[in-house]
Amino acid sequence: MLQAIADIVRLNGAEKHFGAVRALNGVDFHVAAGECVGLVGHNGAGKSTLMHMVAGTLRPDGGQIAVRGNAEASYSVARALALGIRCVFQELSLCPNLSIAENTRINHPALRGFGWRRKAADLIRAKLDEIFPDHGISADDIAGDLSIGRRQMVEVARAFTLTSEPLHLVILDEPTSSLDAHTAGQLLAFVRRFVAAGGSCILISHVLGEVLQNADRIVVMRDGRVVAADVASAFDRDRLVAAMGGAEGHHKAAAEARKSEPGALRVRARPARQQDGEELVARAGEIIGLAGLAGHGQTDLLLAIFSAASRAKAGIEVTAPVALVAGDRQSDGIFAQWSIAQNIGIRSLARLRNGLLISQQREAELAEFWKQKIGIRTPDMNNNIFSLSGGNQQKALFARALGSDAEIVLMDDPMRGVDIGTKLEVYDLVREEAAKGRTFLWYTTETEELDNCDHVYVFKNGRIVANLKRDELTEEKIIQSSFGDAA
Amino acid sequence: MLRGLLPALSLALVLIAIAWLNPRAISYFGFNLMLNLAIPIALATIAQMFVIAGNELDLSIGTFVGFVGCVTATWLRDAPLIGIVVLLGSIAVYALLGALIHLRNLPSIVVTLGMSFVWQGLAILVLPKPGGKAPDWLLSIMSFKPPYLPFPILAALIIAAIVHFGLMRTSYGVILRGSGGNAAALRRAGWSLLRTKIVLFALTGLFGVLSGMALIGITTSADANIGNGYTLLSIAGVILGGGEFVGGRVSPIGAVLGALTLALAASPLLTFMHIPPDWQVAANGAILIIVLAARVLISRRER
Repeated sequence: MLQAIADIVRLNGAEKHFGAVRALNGVDFHVAAGECVGLVGHNGAGKSTLMHMVAGTLRPDGGQIAVRGNAEASYSVARALALGIRCVFQELSLCPNLSIAENTRINHPALRGFGWRRKAADLIRAKLDEIFPDHGISADDIAGDLSIGRRQMVEVARAFTLTSEPLHLVILDEPTSSLDAHTAGQLLAFVRRFVAAGGSCILISHVLGEVLQNADRIVVMRDGRVVAADVASAFDRDRLVAAMGGAEGHHKAAAEARKSEPGALRVRARPARQQDGEELVARAGEIIGLAGLAGHGQTDLLLAIFSAASRAKAGIEVTAPVALVAGDRQSDGIFAQWSIAQNIGIRSLARLRNGLLISQQREAELAEFWKQKIGIRTPDMNNNIFSLSGGNQQKALFARALGSDAEIVLMDDPMRGVDIGTKLEVYDLVREEAAKGRTFLWYTTETEELDNCDHVYVFKNGRIVANLKRDELTEEKIIQSSFGDAA
Repeated sequence: MLRGLLPALSLALVLIAIAWLNPRAISYFGFNLMLNLAIPIALATIAQMFVIAGNELDLSIGTFVGFVGCVTATWLRDAPLIGIVVLLGSIAVYALLGALIHLRNLPSIVVTLGMSFVWQGLAILVLPKPGGKAPDWLLSIMSFKPPYLPFPILAALIIAAIVHFGLMRTSYGVILRGSGGNAAALRRAGWSLLRTKIVLFALTGLFGVLSGMALIGITTSADANIGNGYTLLSIAGVILGGGEFVGGRVSPIGAVLGALTLALAASPLLTFMHIPPDWQVAANGAILIIVLAARVLISRRER
């Protein structure tokens, strides 16, 4: 009973679904007063969803949330703020058109009336001085003019400013991602002081060393569940990595070793931010994986390769036609007003042309061929593309790329939100096409998919940090390199 | 730095050109004459600035000004109570449009384009053919002649000061501008985006009403098409004044300066340049393109 009162926040059996995707699958989570909880897990493990729930920006589909032992039936952002729970979100949430003082005002309804500008400026300046001495930021600076690191400093400092609302728990979602080692150290030291003074903190970080050194307790999430939770001293780096990656129970999907005589060079590319000589090399018949945490330059490199195919670009060499399978199907892949057949044919218009017009018959033949081959489930390929389920829409986009003359297929995490049956079918197809000599560059956030690859490049901060051959490819290795602390 | 001064610079440039072409125009009487229509243009520009501050655009402000003009020249004179109710009601319609655009997530361009025809039709219903007469009190306000400072300049100073204080200095003005800068951040801080949108649109309606009334106070009678040019003029004024279409970056002082620049560049400058009336509209457009292009070049260099 005493334990329940000492909790700042407690979630029991929290669930959240986004369509068919289960982002959270019955999670129990709590934070006690005066405690810093470290939260780690791979992308898509459900950390952010869980934190959105604690902050009140997302409502759970199932389960209860209690603050200080009281069940909260209609929990919201306003309620969370009133209870002293705040969140520094991963995406920067300053208004770029406003000054630092004005941005502070946004989080404090109490800053109003005569002299509010001066009060807001004093408030944020004092907090910046406290956390980051020598910060060099003026309260009159416009947020959009500051460097990303300074914006992050302001945002963190703002979360700790105090007016009329209480402050008990601050969620820090990747608070050091844009900070250099010096300012990150200042921030973490401040977090320790805050916790020592009785405040609570949730620290989410991909830098495992930060979590191990600063958290009192560590919670590890995977696939929408909590898979490990213990005092920080019970963990070390290897145990964390093992818990995050789930070394047990994974079968290699494509175990049969394929012949590995090198084919003709298809792509040679160096990421724009690569400083050493490391570069991505892809040959005919190869499936190349691009791994690492989301948004660390994989998509950028794919898009650079895509544009290099039509216009020469420094540092990138492409020797064959290219097609791209977009990851964000709705905004980058599908022509919403068109039929399935038209969506498939768009990449192959040159072949479908009859004089000046598109031959309806050839378009239909192409569509019908791929309908059979890839198993698009529809009564009529002339139906609108939205008549298909999400997985089948994605198949149509694969058909668009594979039905074209492209010898190089770029895949930008195309399997997001696709059911397992469709995935297995597409994996087979990719391997079959690769055996015929096509080259695949496959960025994926799902580590199991990398088992289909001959070769995996791991990305971090826009650079290739590891180059793993098929036989040395393990999930732990990938996580080790993508979480590698800059020593 | 240069970017913030640009609205004032372009106004100074136009003034220097006028002074060079016709020194006598730079006088109390000359400014009264040249800036004759500057007050309604400035008010319409401020109206447009409020919607732009929330990342929206109002394509109906011109016909709305015309509708307000028709109401002012008829009901507001003949049956003041009905006139006041109709004008307040039209502001409420603007507020409702803001709510509709927010709740249904509609593009404001489409909604206000549709509304522009509604206002136009209503204006024709109120005043089928040009005519009507402005209320006497309005005529006497608009023909006020303060000592030393020409009335349009005094009015511009007052408008700029009031709106600058309201939008740039008050604590709720920060929230209004923040809704254009980063709406998600505002929502996470617990603010109602519905309310900010309603307030911004209602302010647009309010300043549209003021613009229409000021216009009729100057022209003395109305015409259903009298405000049609104001839609594009007001957008150009906001942009000329340093505002941007998205991101909540607007400046009330800049918008008023932009409106004055447009009012001067419209006919006085061109008449002094001996450009025949047939070509004035085209020349006006050319000046606008040159000034806006200069603005883009300068702000790009500063970045």
